[in-house]
Amino acid sequence: MSRLLIRGARLFGAQAADLLVEDGIIREVGSVRATGDVEVLDADGLVALPGLVDLHVHLREPGREDAETIATGSAAAAAGGYTAVFAMANTSPVTDTAEAAERVLDLGRACGLTQVVPVGAVTKGLAGAELAELGLMARSRAAVRVFSDDGHCVHDARVMRRALEYVKPFGGVISQHAQDPRLAGPDACCHEGEVSGRLGLPGWPGIAEESIVARDVMLARHTGSRVHVAHVSTAGTVEVIRWAKAQGIDVTAEVTPHHLALTTDLLVGYDPVYKVNPPLRPTEDVEALRAALVDGTIDAVATDHAPHARHDKEHAFADAAFGMLGLETALSVVSEVLVRPGLLDWAGVARVMSTSPARIGGLAAQGRSLSEGEPAHITLVDPDREVTVDATTSRSRSRNNPWHGRTFRGAVEATVYAGRITHERWTTSRTHRPLTTATPGADL
Amino acid sequence: MTRHLISSADLSRVEVEDILETAASMHDLQRREVKKVPTLRGRTIINFFFEDSTRTRSSFEIAGKWMSADTINLSAKGSSTSKGESLRDTAMTVDAMAVDALVIRHNASGACHQVAQWVRCSVINAGDGTHEHPTQALLDAYTLRTRLGDLDGKHVVIVGDLTHSRVFRSNVITLKTLGARVTVVAPPTLMPSGIAAWSAADGFATSWHLDPVLDGDGEHGPVDAVMMLRVQRERMSGGYFPTAREYTVGYGLTRDRLDRLVARNDDVLVLHPGPMNRGLEIAPEAADAPQSVVLDQVSAGVAVRMAVLYHLLAGDDTPAPPLAAATTDGAAR
Repeated sequence: MSRLLIRGARLFGAQAADLLVEDGIIREVGSVRATGDVEVLDADGLVALPGLVDLHVHLREPGREDAETIATGSAAAAAGGYTAVFAMANTSPVTDTAEAAERVLDLGRACGLTQVVPVGAVTKGLAGAELAELGLMARSRAAVRVFSDDGHCVHDARVMRRALEYVKPFGGVISQHAQDPRLAGPDACCHEGEVSGRLGLPGWPGIAEESIVARDVMLARHTGSRVHVAHVSTAGTVEVIRWAKAQGIDVTAEVTPHHLALTTDLLVGYDPVYKVNPPLRPTEDVEALRAALVDGTIDAVATDHAPHARHDKEHAFADAAFGMLGLETALSVVSEVLVRPGLLDWAGVARVMSTSPARIGGLAAQGRSLSEGEPAHITLVDPDREVTVDATTSRSRSRNNPWHGRTFRGAVEATVYAGRITHERWTTSRTHRPLTTATPGADL
Repeated sequence: MTRHLISSADLSRVEVEDILETAASMHDLQRREVKKVPTLRGRTIINFFFEDSTRTRSSFEIAGKWMSADTINLSAKGSSTSKGESLRDTAMTVDAMAVDALVIRHNASGACHQVAQWVRCSVINAGDGTHEHPTQALLDAYTLRTRLGDLDGKHVVIVGDLTHSRVFRSNVITLKTLGARVTVVAPPTLMPSGIAAWSAADGFATSWHLDPVLDGDGEHGPVDAVMMLRVQRERMSGGYFPTAREYTVGYGLTRDRLDRLVARNDDVLVLHPGPMNRGLEIAPEAADAPQSVVLDQVSAGVAVRMAVLYHLLAGDDTPAPPLAAATTDGAAR
């Protein structure tokens, strides 16, 4: 029997308590007197959150194992405090069949560092034309519930309508990459605005996102289905979602750490590390996104972790690949831009980074409370530790890290997935002491 | 002056004036029977063109050759995909040959900016996507100054496809640096995004209507020069404007518009960076008018590029530029 005692963590940032974990389940909460063979994690001063859940990552396997694998992506997830990640379908081959989804599931399980949940494609080959085998993916061992053509917008209104209708019987949700391909031309590579005008970069306007979200919430109302808006990036989208929720439309939304913290001004140096889809937007949008996350209009933070090999980024800006890393830094970014300024407390962080994404993604065993009988998915955070991001030490196989050199206060100290420590940061002041307090016969 | 010329914003007024003065002496050289001078002997310049170009490439090549540099032309098409060699690898490969300068024309905005961060040699932007074309702005300034003298307070009107124009982006900077007043004119679909904030910050005027500007109505004031930009016919399929005919009626320098301009100011100048679409953005009568300085621009192109190469590449061991004693301080830069 494996036993773990987490001592003195502040649950959701509130009362300090000990957590005794046995066989992947939280057995006792409070002042725990553990006896016998137990591993002790001294969490004095740390905040305990339910394990983080990321609705949106790209793990690149199968197809681009040179950029990331399920193993390296899982390690990055564990280091970032994640106990579940939803792996997007735009791999090669695409996750558009039950077999492909089960393979992702199995590779994730074999790795065992985090729960890897495959996302199924909405359309075959992400081509936007014919529905993929949504039902078979849902019935498979992978029990797929989230479907997305992420990287591409399901832009055909009829296809989107059918997809929304079709997933209703098995409680599925369509996660939409909202971007009208006609308003965002094939060359678009950044936010359309003053910066793109000056830099001579073809941009795409906020309306390319907003018009699709407006259509999709109306489709969700019409079909009585559930739609999820991936990586919201504009203030206009926030307005549409706020309105839709007020109407009772079943819509949820996520925002990335980079859209909460980085702005389009960073593009002046043409550094492709800042090239991402949807693009970095102006300050007004960033502020609206923060406010929307705080007031619940946006439900969740999702990283859109998008590793790329160096040689896919070292092109002219217009030719470089879209995307940036995010798994290892998300909690620190949220701590820096939302918790420290007092916009969000740690219970709020638990809501947007664990509880809500778990609910949206249909993961019954994740995003739970830290109480007796619950699965032991736990993230321990030091709210005061300063970290300076060093891209070269990433667990990811890629280095396209926009946070390199930035300093944040608040960092993940340890991650417990299904009762096992999948990540821990050792310090001299908070030494993890395996077995030292568990010598047979000792009664502590 | 910095090691590179990437953006027109890299140059201060003093530096621009230095280059233009050097260019004047280089221009004199063009009129000699023997045009070659030893100024850059032993220097190697690679003209790396990722995009087709006739006049810019040939004028850089001539400029290098007349100054006795070894110039080599390379072209690499099809760089617009992320397949194949990365831009960094391409740049590092050329740099490893220990060249002194890399003159780059690229179809992607910012490419020169990126390359300059990877290489040891000087990088000269010969046009990057729809971003900038600083030597074009210098040769335009040279042409304008030759006819108009000091550009302080002079009013230059730039008309055409601003969205896709690197000529406009560099000119608006250099003209401002030299104290000129600039008005840019285009239909809303060919105005770059965010131009309202941009023009307010950088101090130039914008208009959707050509005639009031050319007529000097109200705040616009008298016009000293009109620069017509090339309009690519494929923009019509992009829905930027309906037909060539409609564009010409709204924004072309027609014979009638030229007549009205000349009636107000006989010394008005007509510029075009070329290649011209005669009959679309510029009527043949305007292109060939006495007020047209289109060929002067081409001629200035060589002299200005010689001056830029001199200012970037000349070292302590370099002789002063020909005939330059009177116009520059002769110091190596």
